[in-house]
Amino acid sequence: MGLLSDPNRRRALISLLTRLNAPICVVCYMAGVAWFMGLAFEPFTLRTYMSENAMGSTMVEERFPAGERALGTGREFSAHKKKAGGMPVDWLVKTMQSRGLEVFTQRFSRRLPFPDEDKERYMVKGTNVYGILRAPRAPRTEALVLSAPCSPGDDNNQAVGVLLGLAQYFRNQVFWAKDIIFLVNEHDLIGMQAWLEGYHHTNTTGMDWSPLQGRGGSIQAALSLELSSDVVTSLDLVLEGLNGQLPNLDLANLFYAFCQKIGVLCTTQGKLQRNDWDSVSGYSHAVQTMMLMVMKQASGRPWGDHGLFLRYHIEAATIKGINSFRQYKTDATTIGRLLEGMYRKLNNLLERLHQSYFFYLMPSLSHFVSIGYYMPAFGLLALILLLRMSSPGVLSVLTPLVISHLTGVALYTLPIHFQEIAVEHFPVSETEAVVLTAIAVYTAGLALPHNTHRLLTGRGTENGWKVLKLVAVLYLAVLLGCTALINFSLGFILALTLVPVAAFVTPDVPKALSAFIMVILSPACTLLFSVFLFQELQEMPVSFLDGWMLYLSVISQGILDHALYGSLVYPLVALLVYPCWLLFWNILFWK
Amino acid sequence: PAPKPNQPTSFEATADKEDTSAPETVVQSSVPQPKDDFQEELVIRPLHSGDIYASFQFRTLWETDFMRGNKVSHYRLFPKSLGQVISKFSVRELHISFTQGYWRTMQWGQPFLPSPPGAELWVWFQDSVTDVDGTWKELTNVLSGIFCASLNFIDSTNTVQPSASFKPLGIGNVTDHRFLRYATLPREIVCTENLTPWKKLLPCGSKAGLAVLLKSEKLFHSSFHSQAVHIRPVCQDWQCKTTSWELRQTLNVVFDLHTPGQGKLEWSLFKMFSRTLTEACPLASSSKIYIDITDDPQGEQFEVSPATHLLSQAMVLGDRRTFSVYDLTQQITFGTVRSLNLLIRWKSSEDMLRPLLHAERYVAGYGLQTGEIHTLMYNNHPYRSFPVLLLDSVPWYLRLYIHTLTVTSKGKDNKPSYIHYQPSKDRVRPHLLEMLVQLPPNSVTEVTVQFERALLKWTEYTPDPNHGFYVGSSVISSLVPSIVAMDTNSTREQPLFSSFFPCKEESSYFMRVYTEPLLVNLPTPDFSMPYNVICLTCTVVAVGYGSLYNLLTRSFQIEEPSPGLAKRIANIIRKMRGVPPL
Repeated sequence: MGLLSDPNRRRALISLLTRLNAPICVVCYMAGVAWFMGLAFEPFTLRTYMSENAMGSTMVEERFPAGERALGTGREFSAHKKKAGGMPVDWLVKTMQSRGLEVFTQRFSRRLPFPDEDKERYMVKGTNVYGILRAPRAPRTEALVLSAPCSPGDDNNQAVGVLLGLAQYFRNQVFWAKDIIFLVNEHDLIGMQAWLEGYHHTNTTGMDWSPLQGRGGSIQAALSLELSSDVVTSLDLVLEGLNGQLPNLDLANLFYAFCQKIGVLCTTQGKLQRNDWDSVSGYSHAVQTMMLMVMKQASGRPWGDHGLFLRYHIEAATIKGINSFRQYKTDATTIGRLLEGMYRKLNNLLERLHQSYFFYLMPSLSHFVSIGYYMPAFGLLALILLLRMSSPGVLSVLTPLVISHLTGVALYTLPIHFQEIAVEHFPVSETEAVVLTAIAVYTAGLALPHNTHRLLTGRGTENGWKVLKLVAVLYLAVLLGCTALINFSLGFILALTLVPVAAFVTPDVPKALSAFIMVILSPACTLLFSVFLFQELQEMPVSFLDGWMLYLSVISQGILDHALYGSLVYPLVALLVYPCWLLFWNILFWK
Repeated sequence: PAPKPNQPTSFEATADKEDTSAPETVVQSSVPQPKDDFQEELVIRPLHSGDIYASFQFRTLWETDFMRGNKVSHYRLFPKSLGQVISKFSVRELHISFTQGYWRTMQWGQPFLPSPPGAELWVWFQDSVTDVDGTWKELTNVLSGIFCASLNFIDSTNTVQPSASFKPLGIGNVTDHRFLRYATLPREIVCTENLTPWKKLLPCGSKAGLAVLLKSEKLFHSSFHSQAVHIRPVCQDWQCKTTSWELRQTLNVVFDLHTPGQGKLEWSLFKMFSRTLTEACPLASSSKIYIDITDDPQGEQFEVSPATHLLSQAMVLGDRRTFSVYDLTQQITFGTVRSLNLLIRWKSSEDMLRPLLHAERYVAGYGLQTGEIHTLMYNNHPYRSFPVLLLDSVPWYLRLYIHTLTVTSKGKDNKPSYIHYQPSKDRVRPHLLEMLVQLPPNSVTEVTVQFERALLKWTEYTPDPNHGFYVGSSVISSLVPSIVAMDTNSTREQPLFSSFFPCKEESSYFMRVYTEPLLVNLPTPDFSMPYNVICLTCTVVAVGYGSLYNLLTRSFQIEEPSPGLAKRIANIIRKMRGVPPL
């Protein structure tokens, strides 16, 4: 440690760091971004491999024969669904019973905090139906779940058909060691949330549900199936769950392994994988896939019914059938065989899936980036914050801190509470009221705190802003560090926009220009850009007006996700990220 | 068919030998009648779910005295290995069961003999035993060898002494629970290696009699399999002047006959056991097959072939049941083909009556810090309430918060009239909770208690820690109101399956229900390389961050060492004098 204890060398190092501070920061930022972009380059990534021995070495033969009959059941289901105008509960109960399952139902109801205009629902009432296939000679300690949502309209009838077909086929097999629960949930995520809360007898979101009558012990893994056509071109694997949680990578490996074995096209993020990684288009394809995953994970939303399982430490994924105009088609029998194979392997599990990674990004289904590889990209960005710290009275920063956070609290609570008042006074609907209130509070926050320190001291001291900046930079470093550990994508995106602001803001820079840049890089604008980027990545670009509407609905969905499923992104942004950004805003207008 | 051994002569020969070798055990030496007796029996009951339930019972009665220093050295029907266990460890009663699967009360009704998944062992010792714990430890190790099972994993951390739930089933009036030990191993897997030693305890082995049906490739191709051994002293006659030892070996199995569609179900001995019967065990004084035909008195739903006119009625589990009886000791039963292959065709039809008492249990909550155990007890009797005894034995690594214990029925607090709670000691003994709860008619009673998951020492984890840790079944014992008058005379001749639990009164019958075991995940360190890497990386980052922060925030200056006291005083004097300081 001579480097640190020898005063002369210390001084040399410090002077180097202070002299070259700005260039080093710029280099760090560039390097962070470059590292991140490099993650999608195939030679830098690892091939996926099965870590779990219980699923790897055993051979499984898939024999599911009855795809056509399953589709017939799906059509029958669709007819009964139309007749019942919703979930055909009686028909499902009878059908499952005739297939030899123990069948139970669960009723639930929930009033949303404000109307959800995307899905057109406010008062939600529904019924979940599930049948348990009891494994012979098993003591009801472990279970697997296969679920299919009962969606409105003509969607997902085939999924329910395949589910019932598999139930019938599985019932006659003797090798099950874990109970298998076949669940048809109404109102997609809300029904799933009700069922999971009922199964684990918790109530985190204030939903009303009737208690479950039958259980199968601790659930080891779950798959959710979405299938809306008789034949599919490819199967898409959705992994991103609530709060950016991901299932164990082995579940993705299992899906990929069976797709390879059976010869089904498989995608992730709706993107096929390509072999030409050395070409520009191949690389940009991988970047696109990975960026889509980053955006989805950062959103913290459950991107399929599986997303809610992850809170209960149940590894889960959604398998979506995609039907496009390509020639390559897969029929229901093949999908049934794929699922049979996956369930037989999951049935062989001796322990929960834990051998493989829980933190990863996927530039394609066969390659992944583990936490050890992507963290340096974030680390390089976070390093800038450390380099920009230079210390000198603490009391003066207390006022801006408190006021910024009060603004955050207002942003968190006001939109839902003031919706009625807003609806009375302005010609808007409830949903618009909530979103517009949120934006209004957000914008009002910009005007508020930049003169706050003068309340206390009369006028801004010269050193005051330095202390405030120190505190703010430390605050941001800790905040981003914690976020990136839990949800790398969200942490990285926030770091990408907030770190430059944090690094270079002082009261002495040109006001108008910096203010403009700061607003551009503020969390709300980041979200706006993300919406456009996401559409671009999905190859569905939108016009500015549509994008704006989409932006508004994304905000309302974020607030709803928090209320319905306990998603943490909205409170994180409102209570921590936004006040932190306000501190930097405050520094800009210190004088 | 093979020639049958000459039964009477072999009886006499062995009886004579016994007389000469063990004269002190002979009470009436003048009468050369065998003092032991063996009966075998198979009950077949088609269940409402369409499955079929087969229950084997083998009973050996022996009028002898293992205690008081007697050396019993000659064994005839009674297995020597168990006799030696009884006398060496002064066992008064021993009940051991091995079960694979969970009895589905809601689909199958009540079993003749309930048992929890895994292994269960409970033993009453004689009051002459001084070191009960030591004897228990030795006994479990010996039984582990006899039954080829992991009973040696029974130690103080999973043994309890229930105060009320497990009363002796045989005669005797010692009920001091100091002499009782109860343990379950919910994880024990039962397979062929447990069946073989069990079969060897039978007088005829698996060579003759009903035991030829016990082929493991079929028995373990079923929905439920349970085998048990019960030893207890019983009365020889109604006056109870003499006692004898009873060894009961039972084996219960449920076969899955699920077939889609509405056709008739078909079942035959050959189809289920891949064997037919050709003779009774020559050593058995009685060998019978009962087929439960209660649900179909007119013979419309059932078709049994070959037909029999021998009918019998028995009170089983609070109900009067009718059985077709096949006596295997009669040569005529086997007909002209000299082999009996029972065949039943039936239609599973109406819904069954809900069983009066049933229970379930689950773990609520998420995360690895706390949780809540919910036990639900259903009383489906339309107008009678009855009390039940709930026994919960929870391993120490789930720390029960007993102050959070709640018992509610129909939304109201239900105060238990008796609570016996023994807190756990870390790594020494489990929690024991016993409660007497009154179940209101037609109700669900919910017992909840919160727990905290302990962090184990790293050597205490099992080799598969991510599988989870088991909590054994709760036991619910109760006297359930009976629909028909029960038979209280325990010594009267009646089928074995209806005579296990003694009946004290006519209006109720004893019933025991086991809940499912629980699988609970404990906080588990990641026993793998990435875990170490994360630890190391965090250390490196912490050190790096610390030094960098230090560098950037601290400024160093060279300071003159402060002058000594003498020098300072000298400087003050010099200052007063107006001379520049040193």
